[in-house]
Amino acid sequence: MTTTNTLPLIRGVQNSPLEEYYTSGHRTCQGCESALTMKLMVKAAGPRSIVLGSTGCMYVANTTYYSTPWVVPWMHTQLGSSGSAATGTAAGLKALMTKKKIKDEPINVVSFCGDGGGMDMGLSAISASLTHPEYNHLVLCYDNESYANTDIQASGATPWGANTSFTPPGKLHRIMQKRWKKNMAAMMAVGHPGVRYVATGCASYAVDLMNKIRKALTLGGPTFIHTYDPCPKGWDFDPMYSHELGMLGVETGIWVQYEVEDGVISLNGPSRMIARGRRKRKPVYDFLKRQGRFAHFTDEDVDYYQAKIDEMWEKWWLPGIIPINPEEGLQPPPG
Amino acid sequence: MTISTTDIREKEQLISGSEAIAIACAMADVDVITAYPIRPYDTVMQFVSKLIADGTLSCEYIIAESEHSQFEIVKHASAVGARVFTGSSGVGWFYAFEALAVTCGLRLPMVAMVGNRALDDPGAFGTEHNDALAVRDLGWMLRWVDTAEEAMDAAFMAWRVAEDPRIYLPCAISTDGAFLTHSQQIVQMPSQEQVDEFLPPYDRGDFVLHPDNPITIAPQVNEDWLIEIRRQTDAAMRRARDVIIEAQDDMNRIFNREEEDPFIEEYMTEDADVVLVGMGTLSLPLKVTVRRLREQGKKVGFVRVKWFRPFPAPELQVALSKFKAIGIIDRDYSLGAPQNGGVLYTEIRSALYDVTPRPPMIGFICGLGGREVTVDSSTEMFDKTFEVAETGHAEEPLLWIGVRS
Ligand SMILES: Cc1ncc(C[n+]2csc(CCOP(=O)(O)OP(=O)(O)O)c2C)c(N)n1
Ligand code: SF4
Ligand SMILES: [Mg+2]
Repeated sequence: MTTTNTLPLIRGVQNSPLEEYYTSGHRTCQGCESALTMKLMVKAAGPRSIVLGSTGCMYVANTTYYSTPWVVPWMHTQLGSSGSAATGTAAGLKALMTKKKIKDEPINVVSFCGDGGGMDMGLSAISASLTHPEYNHLVLCYDNESYANTDIQASGATPWGANTSFTPPGKLHRIMQKRWKKNMAAMMAVGHPGVRYVATGCASYAVDLMNKIRKALTLGGPTFIHTYDPCPKGWDFDPMYSHELGMLGVETGIWVQYEVEDGVISLNGPSRMIARGRRKRKPVYDFLKRQGRFAHFTDEDVDYYQAKIDEMWEKWWLPGIIPINPEEGLQPPPG
Repeated sequence: MTISTTDIREKEQLISGSEAIAIACAMADVDVITAYPIRPYDTVMQFVSKLIADGTLSCEYIIAESEHSQFEIVKHASAVGARVFTGSSGVGWFYAFEALAVTCGLRLPMVAMVGNRALDDPGAFGTEHNDALAVRDLGWMLRWVDTAEEAMDAAFMAWRVAEDPRIYLPCAISTDGAFLTHSQQIVQMPSQEQVDEFLPPYDRGDFVLHPDNPITIAPQVNEDWLIEIRRQTDAAMRRARDVIIEAQDDMNRIFNREEEDPFIEEYMTEDADVVLVGMGTLSLPLKVTVRRLREQGKKVGFVRVKWFRPFPAPELQVALSKFKAIGIIDRDYSLGAPQNGGVLYTEIRSALYDVTPRPPMIGFICGLGGREVTVDSSTEMFDKTFEVAETGHAEEPLLWIGVRS
C-alpha cells in the first residue's frame, strides 16, 4: 500500500486554508451547492491530489474546453465509473511507485459522482472499489437528488413525491415518484467491512465537510462520502437559500449527518443533538414548502412524508441510518 | 484447474495463444491488469494470475466486478502512465462498450486480448469475429493472429505501436476462441534482453495525469472542437501504418523472426489463379486445402489479413488485383449489408473499387459459432471461386457455407 497524506483537521472556519483549487471557469447555476462541495473537497484535499469526475453537472457545467476551474489535475470518467476511475488511478500510481517508475509519494485520489452516476448506474463499481484495501482513494457522491444535468430526472436518490421531468404531477397521478430514496452511505458502510471511513456531509456545514474529506484521505484505503447538495434548478427555489435548505434538510431529520470511522459510527452536528434528544426535529413541512418540486403536495402527502421521517428516527435500529431491527432477543450492540 | 508454472526463460515453449500473451505481459513488465471471467479469453487471465502467484509477473492485478469496470480501471491506470493489459470475449466485450469507445477519444494505449466468441443469445462459446469487429470504426487498432507465437509477437507489437507518442491508440489482439486460446503450439521465445530492446517503456509525456502536471483531461467540447479532435484521432490511425512497418522491421531484426509483410500473409499465391482471403485460425484448414488442390494441379492460394485496423488496403490492392477471382471468407456477419456480405468482404470490396484490373469477387460466411471450417468446406469455397473466375462474375455474390439446409 502506498502512503497517504496526513491532512490535519481544520479547527474552525478562520483556520481553513486560503488556497483554492477549484476556482473560476465554471458555469454552474447560481447557488449550486454541488459546486461548493467541489470547492470544499479540493480545498480540504490540497494540491497533491488527482480528481476524477463522472458525467453530470459537475462535469458538463464545470469543464468547458479552453476553461477549467480545476487547479489540480482532473479527468472525466464515465457516468457509472467513479469507482473504477478511483481504483484504476490508485492502482496505476501504486504500480508505478512500487516499481520505482515514478517517485513514491502520497497522492490523494478523489473520484466524484452525482447521485445518478453513483447511486444508480455506478453502484456496483463503487462497491467493488471499496473492496480493495490496498488502494487509497475517496469516492465522493454529490447528491443533488436528480439526474440534474440531463434536465432533472428522477434517480434512486430523488425524494418521494418530487416533481421531476420524468415524474411530473398530473391529473390522474399526483405522485409519480413513488420510490423512497436509497440509503447510500449506510449501504456502503455496512456492506464493506474493510473500509475505514464512510461519512455523510453537507456544504452548509463546511468545516465539518472539509474535515470529513481530510479524515477519509488520511485514513486511506478506499473511503466513501455522500454529500447533500441543494440544487436551485432541480429543487426549484431561489438560489439565495441553498445554504439554508441544506441546514433545513438536516434540522428536519430528512438528511442525517454521520461518520463511520474504523467501524465506529457517530452522528454529527444537529443530527447528533436530535439523536440525543437535545434538540427537536423541525417539521418536514418547513423544508418541503420552500421548494417547487413539492408544490403539488397535499396535506396528506406532507403527513405521509413526516410519518416516514418519524419512522426513521423512532423505529430504526440506528436512527436515520440502519432501517432494519433485530428480532426479539437479539440486542443491538451496547453503546 | 491448475496451470503449470512456465519457466519463461526456456527458448522453446509448448503453449497456447492465451499463455503466450500472458507470458508477454510478464516480459513487457505490464503495470496494471484487470480480469473478469468469460470464456474463452479468460484463460489468459488464469495464466496471468499464476505467473503473478509464482512471482514471474509483478503488477497490480484487479478482478473487476464487470467488464465495464474492467476496461474503465485500466483506462484510468493508463492515464497516469501505467502500461496496461486486459481482455474479454463476446458479450463481455460488448458489456464494456462504453469504455471501449471513450478510450480512443482519450488517446490511451490500452492493449486488450479478445478471445473471439459468438454474441449469445442463443448461448454459444465458439468463435465469431463480430465481437472485436464491433469497434472497427472507433479508433481501435485490430490485429488478428493465427498461431501462439504470432499472438506473443502481436502483444509486444501492440504495446509498442499503441504507446508510440505518434499513435496513442488502443489495440486489440483477436485470437479465435478454442482454436487459439486453448490449443498449444511450439513458440520460439525471445529473450528478456530482446524484448527490452524492442519495447521501450511507456512514456505519457505531457499528457500524464499527475499533481506535477495539473491538466484537465476530456472536458466538454461539443461542436466547438469535437470534429478537430476526431480528425486528430484519424491522423493517428493513419500514422499507425508506418509505425507498424517500422516496428515489424525492428521485431524481425531483434527477435530473428522470418521477414514478413506486417499486414498480410500470402500463402502459395505467386502463380495462383484464385485465392481465398480470411482472418485468424481458419488459415490452417485453408492452407491444407491449398496444398491438396495444388497436388491436383489447381493453382490456388490463400491470403490472411493480419491487421484489420489500420486496414491494409494498399497491400490488398497490390496482392489481389492479379487473380482471376477472389473469395472472401467472413467468420462474422453484417446483416443487411451490401450484397448481404460479411464485414471483411465489404471492406475488401471497397478497397478494390479503384483497382484495375478489378478481380471478380465472391463472399462466404462460414464457421459461425465456432463451427469448424473443414477441408471440405474450404474446397467448396475454392470451387465456387473457380466458377466466378470462369464466368467473370458471381451469380450469387454471397454464400453461406457449411449450413444445414
Ligand atoms: C452511460 C450514460 N448514460 C446516460 C448519460 C446521460 N447523462 C449525462 S449527465 C447525466 C446525469 C447524471 O446525473 P447525476 O449523476 O445525478 O449528476 P448530476 O447531473 O445530477 O450532477 C446523464 C443521465 C451518460 N452521459 N452516460
Ligand atoms: S442544475 Fe443543480 S447541480 Fe446542476 S449546476 Fe444547476 S444547481 Fe448545480
Ligand atoms: Mg444528480
